Amino acid sequence: MSERYSPLWELTMARVREVIREPGIVFWIFGFPVLMAIGLGIAFRERPPEPPTVAVVEGSPWLAEALDEPERLQVQVLDRATARERLRTGRVDLVIEARGPEPEAGVGYRYDEMRDEGRLARYLADAVLQGSLSREDPAPTREELVTEKGSRYIDFLMPGLIGLNLMGSSMWGIGYSIVLARKRRQLRRFAATPMRRSHFMAAYLLSRLVFLVLELAGLVGLGFLAFGVTIHGSVISLVVVALLGAASFGAIGLLVAARVRSVEAANGWMNFIMMPMWILSGTFFAYTRFPELVHPLLRALPLTALIDGLRAIVNDGTGLAGLGVELGVMIAWGVVAFVLALRWFRWQ
Amino acid sequence: MTSSAAEEVVARCVGLVKRYDDLVAVDGIDLQLTRGECFGLLGPNGAGKTTTVEMMEGLTEPTAGYVELLGLRWGSGQDDRIRARMGVALQETVLADKLTVEEVIRLFRSFYPSGRTVDEVLELMQLGPKRKAQYHQLSGGQKQRVALGVALVGRPDLLFLDEPTTGLDPQARMSVWEVVARYREEGGTVVLTTHYMEEAANMCDRIAVMDHGKIIAEGTPSGLVASLGGRQLVELEPAGELSEATLEGISGIQGVATRGRRVVLTVEDFASVLPPVLARLAERGVGLLHLSTHEATLDDVFVSLTGRGLRDE
Repeated sequence: MSERYSPLWELTMARVREVIREPGIVFWIFGFPVLMAIGLGIAFRERPPEPPTVAVVEGSPWLAEALDEPERLQVQVLDRATARERLRTGRVDLVIEARGPEPEAGVGYRYDEMRDEGRLARYLADAVLQGSLSREDPAPTREELVTEKGSRYIDFLMPGLIGLNLMGSSMWGIGYSIVLARKRRQLRRFAATPMRRSHFMAAYLLSRLVFLVLELAGLVGLGFLAFGVTIHGSVISLVVVALLGAASFGAIGLLVAARVRSVEAANGWMNFIMMPMWILSGTFFAYTRFPELVHPLLRALPLTALIDGLRAIVNDGTGLAGLGVELGVMIAWGVVAFVLALRWFRWQ
Repeated sequence: MTSSAAEEVVARCVGLVKRYDDLVAVDGIDLQLTRGECFGLLGPNGAGKTTTVEMMEGLTEPTAGYVELLGLRWGSGQDDRIRARMGVALQETVLADKLTVEEVIRLFRSFYPSGRTVDEVLELMQLGPKRKAQYHQLSGGQKQRVALGVALVGRPDLLFLDEPTTGLDPQARMSVWEVVARYREEGGTVVLTTHYMEEAANMCDRIAVMDHGKIIAEGTPSGLVASLGGRQLVELEPAGELSEATLEGISGIQGVATRGRRVVLTVEDFASVLPPVLARLAERGVGLLHLSTHEATLDDVFVSLTGRGLRDE
């Protein structure tokens, strides 16, 4: 008789149990994000730049010899037609042809000015050529290559991937399972109990946050072990921002699931909401590439706020105090979505 | 219990109508239930029983009319107070597959301000050995017992059972009946829908027979059967034609009805009626393909009211 029951606790535990007992869900929540991070991380990891590929039209041995510097150029000797064909299909970046049997007659460069690789090849080839024909540099130069941690592309990418994962798993983890439970008419049974829907919805959010901590640890650990991405700021700040982000997207997931009856419709809505943010929120490249006029709009997106916050903490060591705007944006989205979801929610 | 408490009205439906686009599922129903009774809605599939019960449970909004449970009307801002005092087993109760029996009962218990402990429910439902089994591993009968347990966990004053034994084997059906009987011993009131006349006859104090969204008869099971006039029925299938006139003048026949190819006679005592009937048929040269007799049941009540059987269609 002294047993005590808290609906919020029981609902949250029920949700946690349901997730961990469903191997499929575990994969989609943990396995998939980690695999995606590994895949993208490898695809975008730092590589030593490949030297440009240059085609030399056969018939002038002095030219091929002068360009022979494998560190800086990959030279292929081809007949004119083949060389031009390869340039057209992008397999070589530049075609060089001697204008006479002697260097004094000069050379002609053929390339596509619109392609960065073409221009780069042209200037590199020219420098190699002029250098090996013993032109003196009027001013000697010294080169310093930067590979400092925190400034590499992977350092930019990793927080973006974490933000993307938090968005995806929060929205799918909540929205999808509610719609499925409604479709199975499982929610209908709850409607005949005095349970409060705020408890029901809050339990979904809370159980999400439990998994979020594990998910975050997995991704941050992966970033460190596989790519050497270190957190410059405090781990607590990182967890706070991640929790807020996940809660905010969880609330948006609840809102999507408030009334939708079919899984297909839920899919559609989720993608409709998430896809634009994949591009606009600076996951893979900085949103500053978009016109300045729209920056305030982009910064008002929840994913932008989350990723900017994560990046500031991971890469710049910013504290929570410096992230007022980002925190505010996430809280606003979360609160508004939760309140609307609570109002619009239907059990059946 | 004083006599006034015994007659306390615990549920009332007034002018209930449910219309879907061009279909009228429930067409004006008035009901009144008193504390402690078991009230049955009997009728074929599609008669509107489930829609009626779901309006009573507050799950479906009526197009017209209203429902009052325990003195509170749905939609008057006290819905959760009503829900705290009712238990519901839906026609098909779907619960979380991956939770164990114990966890499901515990979860539902947490929704109610007071009620039975998890152990009490497991004991009542005889689910003790299955407490650690996940819901999806249970048989149909066990699932139905969990659904009942979940309906009873808040110690409700009013229990709604929508087709509680459909699809169950006889043994599982018996165990459901037992649980409901025990609940009633504690003074609980039950609303039950069924298309099994045995179930209605065994469990219910009072029955409303439904067809096409309307209540076409209401009374105690024995009262409804008695309304047929006779208590026994003789069913004949003639080889040729048999008109009602053929049997005219035989004493003891209280009614003649035609059901498909068969003729059904309502009689007081078939032993005294059969010899003259058979003699008359032989006299007119009518052969018989089938002859049977049985005690009148609720099914016969339904047939006499609608010309169709409860499980036809």
